[in-house]
Amino acid sequence: MALDSKIPVGPLADKWTTHKGEIPLVSPANKRLMDVIVVGTGLAGSSAAASLAEMGYNVKAFCFQDSPRRAHSIAAQGGINAAKNYQNDGDSVHRLFYDTIKGGDYRSREANVHRLAEVSRNIIDQCVAQGVPFARDYGGMLDNRSFGGVQVSRTFYAKGQTGQQLLLGAYSALNRQIAKGRVKMYARHEMQELVKVDGKARGIIAKNLVTGEFERHSAHAVLLCTGGYGNVFFLSTNAMGSNVTAAWKAHRKGAHVANPCFTQIHPTCIPVSGENQSKLTLMSESLRNDGRIWVPAKKEDAVAIRAGKLHPTDLKEEDRDYYLERRYPAFGNLVPRDVASRAAKERCDEGYGVNKTGEAVYLDFAAAIMRFGREESHVKGLTNPSDAEIKALGEKVVEGKYGNLFQMYEKITASNPYKEPMMIYPAVHYTMGGLWVDYNLMTSIPGCFALGEANFSDHGANRLGASALMQGLADGYFVAPYTVGEFLSEDIRTGTIPTDSKEFDEAEMICRDRTDKFMNVNGTKSVDFFHKRLGKIMWNEVGMARNKEGLEQAIKDIQALREEFYNNVRVLGSAKGMNPELDKAGRVADFLELGELMAKDALERNESCGGHFREEYRSEEGEALRDDENFTFVSAWEYTGVPAEAKLHKENLVFDNVELKTRSYK
Amino acid sequence: MDLTLKIWRQAGPEAKGEMKTYPISGVEDDMSFLEMLDFLNEELIEKGVEPVVFDHDCREGICGMCSLFINGEAHGPGRKVTTCQLHMREFSSGDTIYIEPFRAKAFPVIKDLMVDRTSFDRIQRAGGYVSVNTSGNTIDANAIPVPKHDADRAFDAATCIGCGACVATCKNSSAMLFVSAKVSQFSLLPQGQPEARDRVLSMVNQMDLEGFGNCTNTGACEVECPKGISLENIARMNRDYLFASLSSNK
Repeated sequence: MALDSKIPVGPLADKWTTHKGEIPLVSPANKRLMDVIVVGTGLAGSSAAASLAEMGYNVKAFCFQDSPRRAHSIAAQGGINAAKNYQNDGDSVHRLFYDTIKGGDYRSREANVHRLAEVSRNIIDQCVAQGVPFARDYGGMLDNRSFGGVQVSRTFYAKGQTGQQLLLGAYSALNRQIAKGRVKMYARHEMQELVKVDGKARGIIAKNLVTGEFERHSAHAVLLCTGGYGNVFFLSTNAMGSNVTAAWKAHRKGAHVANPCFTQIHPTCIPVSGENQSKLTLMSESLRNDGRIWVPAKKEDAVAIRAGKLHPTDLKEEDRDYYLERRYPAFGNLVPRDVASRAAKERCDEGYGVNKTGEAVYLDFAAAIMRFGREESHVKGLTNPSDAEIKALGEKVVEGKYGNLFQMYEKITASNPYKEPMMIYPAVHYTMGGLWVDYNLMTSIPGCFALGEANFSDHGANRLGASALMQGLADGYFVAPYTVGEFLSEDIRTGTIPTDSKEFDEAEMICRDRTDKFMNVNGTKSVDFFHKRLGKIMWNEVGMARNKEGLEQAIKDIQALREEFYNNVRVLGSAKGMNPELDKAGRVADFLELGELMAKDALERNESCGGHFREEYRSEEGEALRDDENFTFVSAWEYTGVPAEAKLHKENLVFDNVELKTRSYK
Repeated sequence: MDLTLKIWRQAGPEAKGEMKTYPISGVEDDMSFLEMLDFLNEELIEKGVEPVVFDHDCREGICGMCSLFINGEAHGPGRKVTTCQLHMREFSSGDTIYIEPFRAKAFPVIKDLMVDRTSFDRIQRAGGYVSVNTSGNTIDANAIPVPKHDADRAFDAATCIGCGACVATCKNSSAMLFVSAKVSQFSLLPQGQPEARDRVLSMVNQMDLEGFGNCTNTGACEVECPKGISLENIARMNRDYLFASLSSNK
């Protein structure tokens, strides 16, 4: 099937308005006869379900958590971008569009990104009207902060809990529709299969995680708002339950997966402490505004620190290597996420890492504390303050700015970041790749849509900070509820989709067979055992830096691991009733296929761009080298039975409105 | 460190539960409490014993999914942390740790340590929203200034993660801290005013229907709340409720 992105014709800035005006409307009487399934209740899912119900469709919403309010959007800290220009610093829709395209290293679609920038403004209006308590200044107006990779202040925030507040806003809109009976909510349910009838997505098989029963749900369209697949790495900043299963089942039924190798590694996370760690915790990027990143300049010092014989505060200034400031004098510690992450890995790989695993660098606030302290003592008019006094004053200022983060760090590591430098290391955080969608957010299966992190469309090869929340809500509130009309307007005479068809029988049978398969292996190793091993392969070979040899090895290793999994996994208990181990087995089985496809995609893309860094493709100074001539396209993979034989479709990216440039932060 | 765990095991909602004892060794200081349970589960699987079921998801203290009553305290020892943020360095080798589900009539046990908290969702459906359509064509976000003080207090109330520690802690199994936080968020903002009276009446009514107990101002909920939600919210809700019951048409 040829890929048709269905980008509307006309000038970039008019495309969305024109297109929206031309989408056929479904009459209110007909909407009442149409069912829509929404899988996932994060920002994209909750907002889509609420909006569609409000427009008149019958909506069924599903989440695997015990409440729709717990989806992992809730953990987003920093903020949400919008081109409001409230700060009068020259921001505009075009500037947000341009920053997003450039930040994505020119691997996203112009038309989609421009639409995102346009509707960003409505998101803030909408959320405020819903009672989302954004931060305000003393005049009562909304406050903004600035974020990495941009030169304006366009980020709206609610302390370090912006995702939580936005999700609770969307959840309240969803609740309003549930109360009206317009949305039927299925919590503790997981989509296990997509049902296609006559080539169109017409329903799902969902597992009730409490009773273990499979349920059939039909609809005229299915929206997948199921988030990203970062947990393929086992350790990531994603929630424990975040998974790729719904998207992967759609892939197996014909939805292409686009750019799966584009993953974002966040530079400031708390390092791994041991083998039993289950997840990683992000420390907000804002820390890089004042913290200086360094490792020892001499290898013997690094060895001594790792052995606990040397203390970082004892190291003299000249014995420290502030490697970001050294390599990137123009941006210093504020280089974009991908650059900062790779630089940390480079130092640790060379043997300069500082914690016992050798995979950590320092983020030091000592200089900032003294700088703030001197400022404060000046403000207070102190004459000849002692160093201790300056330090105490400086610590107060740092506490005001980053207090909650410092407290979180201390809780997890039992080390006081005011007294000794923090240790950080990059961790998997977000996946730019996802289900391929056209301009209407429809996948290559008619009637199956993908929204939010689950699709690939807006962030190219690297996502800018505070843009994930923006995209999730844009897709859910303002894009999909309209664009589904183009598909559904042809279905007004279809009537309710029956669930007793052979298509539903077959789909349910697939689920039952798979469950039986897991229950009957009776192997010796737990599901996590395999998940951890998959994570290691992914992190080492398909992580921050990749090369041909490693990727080829990874593909072989994953294939072998998958076989071992099906022969030796142990799932105890029964398929009836609640069984989280069984549910986990299903998720890991899908990760074991996805991981291979990611490696294959990374192998195919012979260039370095954004979060995808191929060691063979770099400049003499070691920086990423993009190949615009040969790789300005989206890789969309079609499932053909096994990941190894997935078929590549290319969607060429056309840039009419921006000039492709090399990103430089020197 | 070596520990003795006494854990509530219950096969299903109707089954009879009991405390079972599991000795465990090799626990590390840096493990979170839930990682310690993962570690136990790995061992149980190895031995062919069905692993312990518990709720968890984000493991960074924000989703509100994890629960657990540890040594008689919701989310265990330590203040302003959820169970997922509790680390094993808070315990010492040789300790016996009692692990139970959050107990309340309105939170029935599903399995082992996992409980059903959908009563919280139903309370919020009863009015925990502003009735505004999602058209995006509302007024400009800066059209209504909100005093910073009010916005900050609304935010403080809105940070409730809906974990249910307040209910589990309360000797009456009252949900007043939770409900008042949800009511307060809206009653402190201009956007919430038009529906303020009906909202508080409906949400309190739903809370009573769910079988939560009454508030006797003990204040234990505030102490155990991982997000530090203030008792002030209960006072505010009582005030709003009184006003609404005297003046609403409902």
